[in-house]
Amino acid sequence: MSNRRDFMGIALGGFTALVGGIPALYAMKRTWDPLPSVKAAGFTNVDVSGAVENQLVVEKWRGKPIFVLKKSKDMKADDRDVVVGSDRFHVSIGLCTHLGCIPAYVSDEHKFKCACHGGEFDASGHETFGPPPSPLEVPPFKVDGTTIVLGEEGAEFKKMKEAGLTV
Amino acid sequence: MAHFEKANSVGEWLDQRLAVNTLKRVLAFEYWIPKNINFLWAMGMVLAATFGLLLISGIFLLMYYQPNVETAFDSVNYTIMTEVGYGWLWRHIHGVGASVVFLIIYIHMFTGIYYGSYKRGRELIWLSGMGLFVAFSAEAFSGYMLPWGQMSYWAGMVITNLFSGGSLEAYGLVEWIRGDYVPGQAFLTRFFMLHVLLLPLVIIGLIVLHFGTLRIPHVNNQDGEDFDFEEAARLYKEGNIKESKVIPFQPVFLAKDIFVMGVYFILFFYLVFYHFEFAMDPVNFDPADGLKTPAHIYPEWYFLWSYEILRPFSKDLGLIAFAIAQVIFFALPFLDKSENVAPASRRGLFKFWFWAMLIDVLILTFMGKLPPQGIWNVIGLIAALAFFALWIALPIITKKEKKL
Repeated sequence: MSNRRDFMGIALGGFTALVGGIPALYAMKRTWDPLPSVKAAGFTNVDVSGAVENQLVVEKWRGKPIFVLKKSKDMKADDRDVVVGSDRFHVSIGLCTHLGCIPAYVSDEHKFKCACHGGEFDASGHETFGPPPSPLEVPPFKVDGTTIVLGEEGAEFKKMKEAGLTV
Repeated sequence: MAHFEKANSVGEWLDQRLAVNTLKRVLAFEYWIPKNINFLWAMGMVLAATFGLLLISGIFLLMYYQPNVETAFDSVNYTIMTEVGYGWLWRHIHGVGASVVFLIIYIHMFTGIYYGSYKRGRELIWLSGMGLFVAFSAEAFSGYMLPWGQMSYWAGMVITNLFSGGSLEAYGLVEWIRGDYVPGQAFLTRFFMLHVLLLPLVIIGLIVLHFGTLRIPHVNNQDGEDFDFEEAARLYKEGNIKESKVIPFQPVFLAKDIFVMGVYFILFFYLVFYHFEFAMDPVNFDPADGLKTPAHIYPEWYFLWSYEILRPFSKDLGLIAFAIAQVIFFALPFLDKSENVAPASRRGLFKFWFWAMLIDVLILTFMGKLPPQGIWNVIGLIAALAFFALWIALPIITKKEKKL
């Protein structure tokens, strides 16, 4: 008798856990997901026709700061530069790849310096000192005339991504 | 069904229905505490009282606080601080309490380590206590998010980024925790829920467990002496108070505790009324701005030692070191291979281990506050390496320890 009761108990309990517990966990997980409205608010247009060389412009895209830096002639060209007409731009998500602080641009030294843990990046966003493990990331972009559209994957961005130059 | 007779007093009426007298006897009047203790044994009740103050001040803050990214900052810094009658008092009690509670937790922990109060049946006391430390840490962090100032926002950004796991690049997990690409409304509301409901429930549950784990192994004493509590209790009840090695929790132990608490609360309220600013980071009086990082991001003083363990290493190594540092104290009862329950001063090399650990944690704390440059980086790195060296040395030196 008691064995049969144990079996019924385990069977019923297991069934309840399976059909009730797992979906409940899934529902809880989904409740914490970013809302569709958060995900949808995703495109920013940056007009770069008036940009000044070696002067950093910070735009906001999906709540994150985006660095747009028009490169001067003496700065090294890089595979990740965004070319608009005859000008080269460094465009990146302005969060240090170590733990997400915003590095400051020191225009005399052509360097991004992070105050949190001392990381440094050059004007192309490559890490040159300190704990950052990887270059500043390039956000999805598309070049449209003199406008850079953030959030849309254009041909240039796809090429960079395929070459493994950004994530 | 139980048989009820007419009660002659309210006390008797309650006793018939709730066994109040038995409860009082078991929980207080015949709950035995060793005599051979010092003021450090009062820290448990000091912590309980501080938690009580945090709860009461928190309830009053909750009545005016608004968990909304647009209004949170003003609801704290304008409404509560300038409009609500005595709102400043609740905020300063809450802020100072959150800081001081960690000072007492650390004293309580190092007292336990010094006297060996984590082994020979007392392992669960230590483990539940460490559980409380973690729960209090989460409570402090989630509470720090709520004023939605610059330090709230950026501490939230940096700490949630830790969950990307370095090279694992688990940004999906980070975004899931935040409910957004960056800390935003979803983030603020869920940390608000954690701070005012889930975590306090966990803390209260763990406090009950912590008290429960004390009952069978009993409170340790200054010499780690293992004596017969029942015999000592019998002597006390017979009136041989002098010969007995124990005192009852109520009223004798509590009377001494309340004296220590009195001294403590003088200091506590001195801080609340005259030096609350130490718990109020000026950076957090700027509203959260996702496009501007403060010049230096550092946690509150009680997290500095583990933050400093994160800092001097490369990203992945730093994360691993940080993760180990967070949990390594849980392992203390199992890494201390000696059977001796005695003050560290009588335990040979362990004496040096104890003071080295205490000093190392203090050095890490100071280095965590200083900017990451030059000589500070070197000292921080050495202190971080020493922290791990000490934990590796612990089983070796305690294994060789002579039995007392």
